Amino acid sequence: MSRIKAGFSTSSLPRIGNSQLRANLRSATSSIREKRARVVGEKSDWEELRRKAEKIKDQVLNNLDAYLTELERSVEDVGGKVHWARDSQEANEIILSLIKSHGSKQVIKVKSLTTDEMQLNDFLQANGISAYETDLAELIVQLGNDRPSHILVPAIHKNRSEIRDLFKQTIARGRDISDDPAELAETSRSYLREKFLSTEIAISGVNFAVAETGTVCVVESEGNGRMCLTLPRVLISVMGIEKIVPGLDDLAVFLELLPRSSTGERMNPYTSLWSGVYPGDGPEEFHLVILDNRRSAVLADPIGRQALRCIRCSACLNVCPVYERSGGHAYDSVYPGPIGAVLSPQLFGNESSLSLPWASSLCGACYEVCPVRINIPEVLVHLREKVIVDGHSSLAERSLFAALARALTNTTAFELLEKVMLTVRIPINRMPVGGSLPGYLGKWGVTRDLPEIPKMTFRMWWRHRDG
Amino acid sequence: MTRKASLFVSCFNDVLYPETARSAIRVLEKIGVEVEFPSNQTCCGQIHINTGYSGMAVPLVRHFVDAFSGSKEIVAISGSCTATIREHYLRMAEKTGDLELVERTRELVPRVFEFSEYLTGVLGVADVGSSYPHRVCYHPTCHSLRSLHVWDSAITLLKAVRGLELVDLPHAEQCCGFGGTFSVKNSAMSSAILADKVANILASGAETVVALDNSCLSNIAGALKRNKTGVSVMHLAEVLAHGIDREEA
Repeated sequence: MSRIKAGFSTSSLPRIGNSQLRANLRSATSSIREKRARVVGEKSDWEELRRKAEKIKDQVLNNLDAYLTELERSVEDVGGKVHWARDSQEANEIILSLIKSHGSKQVIKVKSLTTDEMQLNDFLQANGISAYETDLAELIVQLGNDRPSHILVPAIHKNRSEIRDLFKQTIARGRDISDDPAELAETSRSYLREKFLSTEIAISGVNFAVAETGTVCVVESEGNGRMCLTLPRVLISVMGIEKIVPGLDDLAVFLELLPRSSTGERMNPYTSLWSGVYPGDGPEEFHLVILDNRRSAVLADPIGRQALRCIRCSACLNVCPVYERSGGHAYDSVYPGPIGAVLSPQLFGNESSLSLPWASSLCGACYEVCPVRINIPEVLVHLREKVIVDGHSSLAERSLFAALARALTNTTAFELLEKVMLTVRIPINRMPVGGSLPGYLGKWGVTRDLPEIPKMTFRMWWRHRDG
Repeated sequence: MTRKASLFVSCFNDVLYPETARSAIRVLEKIGVEVEFPSNQTCCGQIHINTGYSGMAVPLVRHFVDAFSGSKEIVAISGSCTATIREHYLRMAEKTGDLELVERTRELVPRVFEFSEYLTGVLGVADVGSSYPHRVCYHPTCHSLRSLHVWDSAITLLKAVRGLELVDLPHAEQCCGFGGTFSVKNSAMSSAILADKVANILASGAETVVALDNSCLSNIAGALKRNKTGVSVMHLAEVLAHGIDREEA
């Protein structure tokens, strides 16, 4: 019988106490939060859009087999090649063999969470191939041998002076640079342009794939993605099986919801759509790698499956009181924050993800902002139950809850429990405050006084009153 | 005919905050509602459900449905208990496969109201004649705000209280960090969230923080007291019970 490792409560601890990190996160999340609220407030049909998006995604998830084969057919009809990957290992092997078949030693990449999930970069490196990230934030993370800490702004944990220092050590080529954002962008630009023009193969993620037309869509803010998608000779795009929308009209719904939810913009700066290949325009070869990696198992869970509607906007991260105080690294997963707390245990089921369903006060702010209406608190509670049913809670805790449940279903027992509590009220009320108390009381008492136990319970008073 | 309501006190209030229940009764009686207390009631099962022990809570659902089977309208003095009943009860009853329980639950759930919601929404009362001459801020607890959507009703009631000065609580909609067992399982995180809530309360200049849930208030009060801020907490029912007898006399 295994027990849930302290997990998140331990991994979040040093982050909670890191004042630089806390300041960076506070300022970044609150500014995105305000921007989002402003532009969402402008849309009178926001609720309607959310419901539409939810319906489209559910329609896809409930008929995924048919949509996947339709997508395969339409991508191949326009000259692309589809590859199916059961898990990360298979997907990585497919990509490696494609790179090898062109005799290449390096690839450029544009931000793709799915390839992070697959740990593609490490896999390629172990096979002698260098992968260069071209999304500015991903580049910052890669240069620092760091890990992303946010879905949309992977370097949210770093401020600009930290980035200046990092660039000076890595790509500034000995130049002295300031922490002026324009200068930082220019430094990365001159480094990246060279990569764009000298690399033959690019790897991208996929925001949406249109089953009907075989069109693939990537949205980004910098234009570096568009360079990746158009300059190299070979383009390999990687998507999870859930990224499908049925037709181009459906895509329009998501292109309204996504930028407002994620960056707080009315419209996305760079929205690239392509269907297969055209002679003389863009990549000559297009490969679409479609990854399962336990998604079909998630689909089998009627409550958990709604997490597959996620369009990776990260609005839930920005409103989450827990994420704002821990940052993404504490979640120890490529998918942090509230959505990570429901995706990671389902997709990975590893030791470190088992504590994540409890990394939430269930405040519901995530559900309120989710553009595809994923009821994250509902899934969290469901996963808590699942983890416990699988035997991952301590005997002490289970016994406590079982005893409590028995007492609470028997009014006489409950009243007896109340009497016991009243007989010890004076010593309890006089107890020294602080964290020296045992168990849960101590955890409470580190920062909070305990409520005082009154002389009489309500039901005793009621009985008196009733005479 | 006198209107009758059954009070659901909740286990937490029964033991730790009987004054809130007594206040709710005074307010309801003041406006002519006859209050009953079905004595078999215990707990709604929220602690079990939210911690992941949903299976153990099934008998609690049955117990609740039995205890309140004779009640026409049930008034709960906890926003999160009300939300638990609305969001989980039917699903849990369905899990048992007991069709009679499902039917009784389906019939019971719409009869459960949160206290402020009952006053403003069901009875259409905004002013109960109370007076509380203090500076007050309102913390909309997460369940009241995002599950029950009762922000307006509490504000309406508070604005009618004589002498009460309602001040804005900055970032009011943010969680206080309680979250039931979250407060002890992730106690450092919970405390970090709470620290910001306390800072916002102090910034508001309020003497008293009012909410619809004593569980969240016990968390907030725990830190307010520990830090010797001198700011008190009060359930809305207690504020509304303030001074209503005096007016009668």
